[in-house]
Amino acid sequence: MRPFSFQKPGSVEEAVAVVEPMGVAGQGGAFHAGGTTVIDLMKLHVLQPPSLTDLGGVLERGIEEGEDGTLRVGAGTTMAEAAEHPAFLRAPVLSEALWKAASAQLRNVATLGGNLLQRTRCPYFRDNVSACNKREPGSGCAAKDGINRLLAVLGTSESCIANYPGDWANALILFDAVLETRSGGGGREIAFGDLHVPPGEDPARETILGDDELITAIRLSVPEWASRSVYTKVRDRDSYAFALTSAAVALDLDGDTVREARLAIGGAATVPWRAREVEDWLAGRELTEDVAVEAGRRAFAGARGWGENDFKIPLGRDTVARGLMEAKAMTPRNSGDSQ
Amino acid sequence: MATDPRSAPPDLGISRRSLLKGTAASGASAFGAFQAGAQEAEAVPAGGPEVEVEITINGRPERFTLDARTTLLDLLRERLDLTGTKVGCNHGQCGACTVLVDGTRINSCLRLAATLDGAEVTTIEGLAEAGEMHPMQQAFIDNDGFQCGYCTPGQIMSAVGCVTEGHAGSEAEIREYMSGNLCRCGAYKGIVAAVVQARDETEARGAS
Ligand SMILES: Cc1cc2nc3c(=O)[nH]c(=O)nc-3n(C[C@H](O)[C@H](O)[C@H](O)COP(=O)(O)OP(=O)(O)OC[C@H]3O[C@@H](n4cnc5c(N)ncnc54)[C@H](O)[C@@H]3O)c2cc1C
Ligand code: SF4
Repeated sequence: MRPFSFQKPGSVEEAVAVVEPMGVAGQGGAFHAGGTTVIDLMKLHVLQPPSLTDLGGVLERGIEEGEDGTLRVGAGTTMAEAAEHPAFLRAPVLSEALWKAASAQLRNVATLGGNLLQRTRCPYFRDNVSACNKREPGSGCAAKDGINRLLAVLGTSESCIANYPGDWANALILFDAVLETRSGGGGREIAFGDLHVPPGEDPARETILGDDELITAIRLSVPEWASRSVYTKVRDRDSYAFALTSAAVALDLDGDTVREARLAIGGAATVPWRAREVEDWLAGRELTEDVAVEAGRRAFAGARGWGENDFKIPLGRDTVARGLMEAKAMTPRNSGDSQ
Repeated sequence: MATDPRSAPPDLGISRRSLLKGTAASGASAFGAFQAGAQEAEAVPAGGPEVEVEITINGRPERFTLDARTTLLDLLRERLDLTGTKVGCNHGQCGACTVLVDGTRINSCLRLAATLDGAEVTTIEGLAEAGEMHPMQQAFIDNDGFQCGYCTPGQIMSAVGCVTEGHAGSEAEIREYMSGNLCRCGAYKGIVAAVVQARDETEARGAS
């Protein structure tokens, strides 16, 4: 690691007043929450911030349950705490996307705010020497003709094909989440679906957050029927690996007929990826295996492979189909026996 | 990579550790990362801004003035000579550096010591009580939960955390919740058996 000074603010106000930019354009401030992304990348010298602003003890922690399934989640809540919270267990996709991510040790430390903002695992971004437009704008993209097995097939650009590696964001995006943020200029709310920006011509810019902008809380609204929801994660080994492809699914069924479907795709896209067109197509249909397979096909209709990662297109289709059928097969808890 | 330009900033002399790191092999891991040379905890070069912390390690409170870059793993091994905690990948991927902080298992390689003011740390050296092995240590011996032993301190600390968290209910659950600890010898069968044994003993003690 390069030398840095360690700042320990006593409050959110102080944190946003003292934080310095991360040093890569569009990467927000050098905050340190759990540190499991930021210290990793600082050891690789991919990040070299002049200072780190620690959020320990500053961020809200815990989940408050409001009326009608609304939840307010402190950005400092750890992945482990959240995965076991009753509110998340009632909509299993929210819990499953967490306990199937990283390891128990990491989840004990990593926060939900940091989790949403984790960086790509693209090997060229991390090696700190290859051409990489995300790390060094204008240098090119070594991954397009290189080792791109893990990278994206949806939402890519000629500038960058890095995938968004996180799991939980794909569950969160199903529930019309809103982020509460604070910066020197005051507070604002951001629709979670707007947080991440696809690479386009400027892959260094990953989010719309400002240099001193802090996520303080996440609000979401979880319908009761989301008790029928799953996070189907396909990976190289059964546990402790990033998703090759994944599907976050919540289903409202009337018998076998879809009243409402929500679907997001992980592992294979450059940003958390909600498949709204597929959701609309599913509404009103009887959910048979054929329909699930067709939904998978539609979800990857615009996909483009880059060689080593071509397999993610058929795998992703099957993952969506499996996620839908797994959700259908669930016996969700009915409204009577909640609590 | 024959030499890793990151292992020793240019203004430093070559240390034993940076030489060792230069030999680290690169390869794509399950995390899609190239392993930057990281077989040894980074010897923290002098000169960076410092922090002051008080940390209780294995029951002994102590004040430290540290370079802000010092990880808990660096502190344990380089400063306190508590070398039971191992350096594996140094990037949170293997679990060899697992210790308990305030009773919770974490990867010490990714944890800045600066964040631990007031915390209580337990390492493998602090697990035995009054000279008697912790049930988890004994269980690893009884069940052949290791071969070369390098990952074992991390496995044992993680296993203690796994039982405390209540995630040792079945063998499948143990496998899932111990997946953050890799064993290159493949002693997983013995490890799972050890966790089961220690879990049952701990429960029996709690009940009596
Ligand atoms: C070996 C390994 C395996 C992993 N496997 C998975 C996996 O399978 N699935 C998965 O989803 N994730 C996985 N991860 C990623 C892990 O979940 C993230 O590293 C973690 O969630 C980040 O949270 P943190 O609190 O440690 O973030 P930090 O490292 O502290 O911060 C991450 C980034 O967010 C910024 N930040 C943090 N909090 C805030 C905030 N409140 N407001 C504004 N900015 C903020 C920081 O400045 C930094 O840029 C893995 C990580 C490792 C090391
Ligand atoms: S895919 Fe993106 S992150 Fe990877 S090398 Fe190309 S520009 Fe960099």
